[in-house]
Amino acid sequence: MPKVLLPTPLRPFAEGAASVEVSGGTVTDALESLVSRYQGLRNHLYDDAGKLRSFVNVYRNDEDIRYLQKGETPLSDRDALSIIPSIAGGAPEDAALSNEEIRRYSRHLIMPEVGMEGQKKLKAARVLAIGTGGLGSPLSLYLAAAGVGTIGLVDFDVVDDSNLQRQVLFSTGDVGRPKLAAATERLRGINPHVEVVPFEERLTSENALEIFRDFDIVADGTDNFPTRYLVNDACVFTGKPNVYASIFRFEGQASIFWAEKGPCYRCLYPEPPPPGLVPSCAEGGVLGILPGLLGVIQATETIKLILDSGDPLVGRLLLVDALSMRFRELKLRKNPECVVCGPHPTVTKLVDYEAFCGIQPEAAASSNGVPEISVEELKALRDRTAPFVLVDVREPHEFAISSFPESVKIPLGTLPEHLNELSSADDIVVHCKSGGRSAKAVQLLRQAGFRKVRNLAGGINRYAEVIDPSIPRY
Amino acid sequence: MITIDLRLLEEIRDHGREAYPEECCGALLGTGRDGPALVTRVERMRNSRGEERRRRYTIDPLEYVRIERQADEEGIEVLGFYHSHPDHPARPSEYDRERAFPFFHYVVLGVAAGQPGDVGSFVLSEDRGVFEREELSIEAPEGVTHA
Repeated sequence: MPKVLLPTPLRPFAEGAASVEVSGGTVTDALESLVSRYQGLRNHLYDDAGKLRSFVNVYRNDEDIRYLQKGETPLSDRDALSIIPSIAGGAPEDAALSNEEIRRYSRHLIMPEVGMEGQKKLKAARVLAIGTGGLGSPLSLYLAAAGVGTIGLVDFDVVDDSNLQRQVLFSTGDVGRPKLAAATERLRGINPHVEVVPFEERLTSENALEIFRDFDIVADGTDNFPTRYLVNDACVFTGKPNVYASIFRFEGQASIFWAEKGPCYRCLYPEPPPPGLVPSCAEGGVLGILPGLLGVIQATETIKLILDSGDPLVGRLLLVDALSMRFRELKLRKNPECVVCGPHPTVTKLVDYEAFCGIQPEAAASSNGVPEISVEELKALRDRTAPFVLVDVREPHEFAISSFPESVKIPLGTLPEHLNELSSADDIVVHCKSGGRSAKAVQLLRQAGFRKVRNLAGGINRYAEVIDPSIPRY
Repeated sequence: MITIDLRLLEEIRDHGREAYPEECCGALLGTGRDGPALVTRVERMRNSRGEERRRRYTIDPLEYVRIERQADEEGIEVLGFYHSHPDHPARPSEYDRERAFPFFHYVVLGVAAGQPGDVGSFVLSEDRGVFEREELSIEAPEGVTHA
């Protein structure tokens, strides 16, 4: 009987055999005898129409049956039929533009710096935006409009009223919706040729490398230090450029951290600031248009990287001051001692960035020696007009937004000079906007000898949310 | 999962750099068809495409037979093949997926502007449904695992 010689990848379908004896006087009969015995082989040898797959070569001894009589090629008992995989492949097809796309991108196509070639590069590009907030909004809107083919978005938040002052991806009607659902809809509305890939999860040391893998460029639009260090380190490990920006009140910074070509974020800031020292936008506020300015700078740098044109912000830190409307630039150098991108790195895998930044898990923080009172308990105290003193440690301009009429108003920064206005004999409840600053005030008061002092958990915003909706939240 | 020594990976990267702007291709030989795959040797092969070598590669069937016989004689396995994607990322194309065989490991190297970059390894599911990325473990010469 003729025998069939199987290639390595098909042997598992024939119980591991390299050679199988079959019956049949022609190639077609012999192969039919083979696949009827080993059904698993059929799908790999024949397509859905029952034709031999184009990348499966069949040789009778040393001759390709295509040059003999194909399936009708006769076989004798002494013949060996070899099934030989045609090992082939290649790069993805260049992304061709449809007529509709050509009309859409015509202002790009007539620029020699972009042109058809550049627009195809944009279409083939894959950019990951970390965060869809103040920075991620203008960034992703412009990338989608410009025709960046694949845009990944990482966020797990829900649209809040307080987002709308700057997060231009979202409309008033989106309040309460998951950000990614609203963002995906908006970006597809702007440009249906763009593939939006949502990752509705918190970026962590466990998932970052996996998420980054299928993208060429990462744009960091986060507002906290643990994620910023995580994004940096994951970019260093995967060799990807990190198009970075950050904002606070009237000021912003932007750069491209790309360890293969220049410094990384850790070269500039080896250590995070102590927790609480640098206020977030939620604590300190931000001018709504500022992330617009910086997010568009990120989008511009991203597009330049894709087009491989111009002078990218690698090794330069752009400082933007919106009040004076001045742009300054600092030269950044690679730190030869950098623990993550230097020649002798000591950080070689992703770590626990919350711990690295000195941030305790929420549960531990709340029981951090600061006695608390809930908004429900405060309401009970106020209803009974029990003798206690309510101290508001926010800034004067915040009193104008919301306040308790009976509170003593002493901004945190001036508290040490006003201790004599409080009596340690009184029951004292301290509050701020959401509980952070007042916790510091409670610690300060306890160090000064006050014992009957408690922090209002969640601040006046929580009170407004749970107890008294007539008080505005901000 | 497939494990490859850093020096062997460098050989693949060198091949990709030299072949640029054309695609390079070669065989991955080693042990472990029944267990974890470990590449012990890579062998350059000729891209036998007459044209379009910048975005296509083909290994001549008789060359395939030669490498498979050689592996059989040495008592090792053909674990799969590598190829480069000049100016394209290290992701398999639809063309790659259509032509893939199960059990083989397909290592793809992105070469951007002549410089080797990302590398990934992919396997076809037995039902030919998906061509999935698998873990590519790179062994440093000292025996330290990096990724």
